[in-house]
Amino acid sequence: MTLDLSALTAPQVRDAIAAKQITAAEAASAAYARIDAVEAGVHAFNQLTPELADAAAARIDAMVAAGQELPPLAGVPVAFKDNMNLVGTRTTCSSKILANYESVYDCTAVRRMLDAGALPVGKCNMDEFAFGSSTENSAFGPTHNPWDLDRVPGGSSGGSAAAVSAGEVVVTLGSDTGGSIRQPGALTGTVAMKPTYGRVSRYGVVAFASSLDQIGPFSKTVEECALTLNAICGKDPMDATSVDRPAEDFTASLGEGVKGLRVGVVRDLLDLEGCDPAVRAQVLAAADTFASLGAEVGEVELPATQNGLPAYYIIGPAEASSNLARFDGIRYGHRAADAEDVMDLYMRSRAEGFGPESIRRIMLGTYALSAGYYDAYYGQAQKVRTLIIRDFERAFADYDVLLTPTSPTTAFTIGEKAADPVAMYLSDVYTIPVNLAGIPAVSIPCGLVDGLPVGLQLMGAHFAESTLLRAAAAFEVATAFDTTPPLAREASRQ
Amino acid sequence: MAISEEQVRHVAMLARLRLTDEQVTTLQHELSGILTQVERISALDLEGVEPTSHAVAVTNVTRPDVIRPGLSREDALRNAPEQQDGAFLIPKFGG
Repeated sequence: MTLDLSALTAPQVRDAIAAKQITAAEAASAAYARIDAVEAGVHAFNQLTPELADAAAARIDAMVAAGQELPPLAGVPVAFKDNMNLVGTRTTCSSKILANYESVYDCTAVRRMLDAGALPVGKCNMDEFAFGSSTENSAFGPTHNPWDLDRVPGGSSGGSAAAVSAGEVVVTLGSDTGGSIRQPGALTGTVAMKPTYGRVSRYGVVAFASSLDQIGPFSKTVEECALTLNAICGKDPMDATSVDRPAEDFTASLGEGVKGLRVGVVRDLLDLEGCDPAVRAQVLAAADTFASLGAEVGEVELPATQNGLPAYYIIGPAEASSNLARFDGIRYGHRAADAEDVMDLYMRSRAEGFGPESIRRIMLGTYALSAGYYDAYYGQAQKVRTLIIRDFERAFADYDVLLTPTSPTTAFTIGEKAADPVAMYLSDVYTIPVNLAGIPAVSIPCGLVDGLPVGLQLMGAHFAESTLLRAAAAFEVATAFDTTPPLAREASRQ
Repeated sequence: MAISEEQVRHVAMLARLRLTDEQVTTLQHELSGILTQVERISALDLEGVEPTSHAVAVTNVTRPDVIRPGLSREDALRNAPEQQDGAFLIPKFGG
């Protein structure tokens, strides 16, 4: 019988390899077997890297043979969002403009995962340059939600979310600028975390909005999320915004429970028009669960966050328009044929290479930063950001953890919001304030509505990841939701 | 807020994007829709509020001024669309 990887967590994989019950090579094979079974329907991957995974597995199996202590993620099949550089892979950002781009150095977070023993199985599909909430804006076609292949997995890290949900790999990394880890986490029933800004180096992830971007993990369980954070966090000389703090073991307090923990339901966000009543009911039920576990549950309001969405759709595109200026057809990426001069080369290479949403965001950001509009848009948005930070500071004086839905709805159907950018932007209304404030937040499964997962967002003060994960772990134990989509269950039976 | 076709063309020039007439029309419509959603920001009275550029402040991050290896020329050129004699090849510029 072939190994069913989807039944094992990352530490179980490592321990089984250490105990010589399975080999790392078998773990890699199991990942590719599941991919063979489900990938035609899911399309989580832009590229598979069996040579890299096999080489990494051989190193782990040699360590086992030599009787060496195995690193924490030894033999764990993982995958990376396709905006993270890894030598030996293309880094396409799901864009035509980078379709053939070969990585020439390693992203720090990716390197740290591999140093922790993980096996690099492939690169995951995404919205082009991380612009989107559905993974429909990929030049290589959409990713499908493993819970219902007619629906989106969320985005922009939809491939990373779907790969974990479908059991193709055990852990993935995504990047989150306005919700791009947490929202797909919610829509696929996975544990998905955006750490505090600066916790994880951004070196080697293709920049979207540099003051908001942060790398984080997808997994099936809270423990795996904590283990992955252990591997990827820490100061990096290659990212000046990475924060120098003593190393923490994020697994240390997972079992301590929530007795006495102050949990605040964010009332005004919960009552937002546009939040599906069934989603809202699940979040209120989750608050009751925390109360039954001994947490002190109350309510709080974050009035400044009502301007979070407009502030984000100024700051994000403004920073993106600046970051994406580098794609000019000169040093890498798509180059237009038969250019008359350099200006013609720039203008046609970019117009030919970027997809519609990228062009939309570049145009919006360029407009917001252009002469005469800077103060009215970008300057004001930065002040709104200050007010949102103050709101959170007030809330965290009274509460340790704040609760909202992660997304106002469950997974929507492919094509449903594709023609309406504003409707699509609304799906990140709960996740965006977190990026603007730079705080950590995790989305965890909190039930199903009509057979589709609902995500609960737990938000904490800067560097309070351990508290968030402790609360998430207590909830996970108390609720014991089965987060296996029918497609993965079917594949496990084969 | 409505944005004019002329403004769309001006911004496209600033952004170095050669748009088709059809794209200009579509973007005029879409950007106007998005700006209608975000313009309430510009009406807020935020006198005296400090702007935030980074939520987790770090200042003056420096390292010792010592030479360390960077990308090799070979790696830097690996993705070049056109190259010649170890340099990126570009078409003429200027008049």
